[in-house]
Amino acid sequence: MNHAWLEKNSIFLLIGIILVIAVGGAVEIAPLFWVGGTVEKVSGMRPYTPLELKGRNIYVREGCYVCHSQQIRTLRDEVERYGHYSLAAESMYDHPFQWGSERTGPDLARVGGKYSDQWHQAHMADPRSVVPESIMPPYKFLFSTPLDYRDVKNMLVANKDVGVPYTADQIAHAKEDLEAQADPNSEALEAFQKRYAKAQSRDFDGNPAVVSEGDALIAYLQMLGTLVDFKTYHAHAPENRR
Amino acid sequence: MPANATQKPWRFDHFFVPLAIFLGLAASLVEAARSPDPLMVAQAWTFGICMAVIGVWYMWMYAGRAPQDEKQQYADAVVKAGVAASMFWGIAGMLVGLIIALQLSFPHWFYFADQAWTNFGRMRPLHTSAVIFAFGGNVLIATSFYVVQRTSRARLFGGSLSWLVFWGYNTFIVLAGTGYLLGISQGREYAEPEWYADLWLTVVWVCYLVTFLGTLMKRKEPHIYVANWFYLAFIVTIAVLHIVNNLAMPVSLLQTKSYSLFSGVQDALTQWWYGHNAVGFFLTAGFLGIMYYFIPKRAERPVYSYRLSIIHFWSLIFIYIWAGPHHLLYTALPEWAQTLGMTFSIMLWMPSWGGMINGLMTLSGAWDKLRTDPVLRMLVVSVAFYGMATFEGPVMSIKTVNALSHYTNWTVGHVHSGALGWVGYVSFGAIYCLVPWLWKRKLYSNALVEWHFWISTLGIVLYITALWVAGIMQGLMWRAYNEFGFLEYAFSESVQAMHPYYIIRALGGLLYLTGTLIMAYNLWKTIRGGVPAAAPATLAAEAV
Repeated sequence: MNHAWLEKNSIFLLIGIILVIAVGGAVEIAPLFWVGGTVEKVSGMRPYTPLELKGRNIYVREGCYVCHSQQIRTLRDEVERYGHYSLAAESMYDHPFQWGSERTGPDLARVGGKYSDQWHQAHMADPRSVVPESIMPPYKFLFSTPLDYRDVKNMLVANKDVGVPYTADQIAHAKEDLEAQADPNSEALEAFQKRYAKAQSRDFDGNPAVVSEGDALIAYLQMLGTLVDFKTYHAHAPENRR
Repeated sequence: MPANATQKPWRFDHFFVPLAIFLGLAASLVEAARSPDPLMVAQAWTFGICMAVIGVWYMWMYAGRAPQDEKQQYADAVVKAGVAASMFWGIAGMLVGLIIALQLSFPHWFYFADQAWTNFGRMRPLHTSAVIFAFGGNVLIATSFYVVQRTSRARLFGGSLSWLVFWGYNTFIVLAGTGYLLGISQGREYAEPEWYADLWLTVVWVCYLVTFLGTLMKRKEPHIYVANWFYLAFIVTIAVLHIVNNLAMPVSLLQTKSYSLFSGVQDALTQWWYGHNAVGFFLTAGFLGIMYYFIPKRAERPVYSYRLSIIHFWSLIFIYIWAGPHHLLYTALPEWAQTLGMTFSIMLWMPSWGGMINGLMTLSGAWDKLRTDPVLRMLVVSVAFYGMATFEGPVMSIKTVNALSHYTNWTVGHVHSGALGWVGYVSFGAIYCLVPWLWKRKLYSNALVEWHFWISTLGIVLYITALWVAGIMQGLMWRAYNEFGFLEYAFSESVQAMHPYYIIRALGGLLYLTGTLIMAYNLWKTIRGGVPAAAPATLAAEAV
């Protein structure tokens, strides 16, 4: 074809550009939504509890992802440093994903359970008090800011709208569940733990007077990477080979 | 109706632009009055004030009279505004970059425990958005408006629509930037603004496309000049990327928070399809448009090869789109997608260098001008940096190299050799050309351009060499084993080892910012006190 023709017809030049740029995205991205095995079948994954979801919102709000990855690569040193490499299934309920692109700080994909709540509290309030080499900003204000969770039910609904399988029961009890998780003496605790398997319930920030933003963020960090049951996951099984 | 008004022909833009401003104002009033979300209220006020100011300005400009600018052959006032906005945002964005570089160097001094908005996590998106979208975006809008008019020998299509593009885009920047500091973010790198800001940008961007394409359609030149192919590819591809990557469900229409439509692995690839092509189309194709106009113009030589420009244009835009997965090597992204991404990233080297060769070889027979014209030198060095960064990129996308480089500061260094060297210099070069041309003045001082060039070059060299060393060191420390087969270093030791390099990086940034301040001073003196150009350029001479 004579290129001069495209140079003389702006609309066809435009259409040509759109066609040419459409190919790559269509071939690479679209199949991820239907090719089997893109997301592994695992046991243990569940949607975030209301408190964890609020904690995750804070993680996103503060831009934690600009310094911390949540994606352990399939490399020996990473697996030894951080734990089992990350599975696609582990972020299947993450809207948006938070895999990150930088490790100004360490990976957090499996930080859950590695440190005590008290350590997290001290570390976020003043990072250099527990890690002298740290260059992380201080997040003291999280512990003095009460968590605003008036809208938590709507947040679950919005997540359900984009595909997270929250049940009607979970949505109806979003607020009680949030309070129950932050209060180990709550009467609603049992019902909450039935709705969310393996959910941890504690006063995460050590201040029983108020559910703070720190409570939510620590609850989120403490469950990161802990859900999948790796005893039942076989990396070399044919269905998990990708 | 007064008698003289009836004689004016009806103009679409005189209806549409005030309508868009009015709807924007109305929406912000509704949000401000009804939203239970204090962040949304703050954003609504910000947006509403911007709309009100723009509305008043528009009435002052257009009500009952034709602005002076509309009597000229070309719409240059909006280009002038774009140049001024570019310099403002460039300095602001680089200053924020310097501040966050200092935060990483001296955390004791540059963090404030009770001021959430000063934290790195909120300031970093402010830096990236300010330099990429505010500085780069205004440069692209201004230069594309200038170039498309000259190369089409036609006034911008749509009358005052181009002003809606300019003001609307800058309002988006203000909304996004203040939002980050308040703690509003989608958590997607380089796409942090929330759903309502994204919607506004979509409206503005469609107006941009209409203005640009409309100008092409009414051109008086038979051929569409090569720079405009690149601008057009940039505008339309960014529209596609922006819309798809920002698909999200707001918690409610009265709240800032939204959740992305996609999750996990699909979301990751969508985001990096967007993210890498923000580099490919915003920071590359658009700025290649600048290269294809300003280098031939400044060197007074034709573009080296017409055939090469065709080949590298189509191959560049075809291949770039595939390169996203190289941000996700060794992750949970399926292997086949990783392999495709790596393969196309390596292939991308060729069309990139096609562009570099076409730019550099345009200097054939005019190389001596590099000694005497520091502006041309800046433009040419930008192309050299483009060549370097587009060689480094494919190297880093090789899986074995990426295993070392990913997550380290090598990536940051790579981005900045492209951003400071290529995008920054080609923009500076274009602005140094544009200001004398637009204001019909002689540039105040060539010596100051020399100072700008050498100080900022030193800054770039310090910046990228420090982060090469630091990044490779980081990668090696993370994977180092001791004689007993255990990991040699704790993560915190790698953080500690970065300290001197972070300081050198901040120094590099300071030098680069200093250069930009010198430039701003030079341009200010040119515009304000300046010497009129020897012979005012005629329209015929201005057209290519």
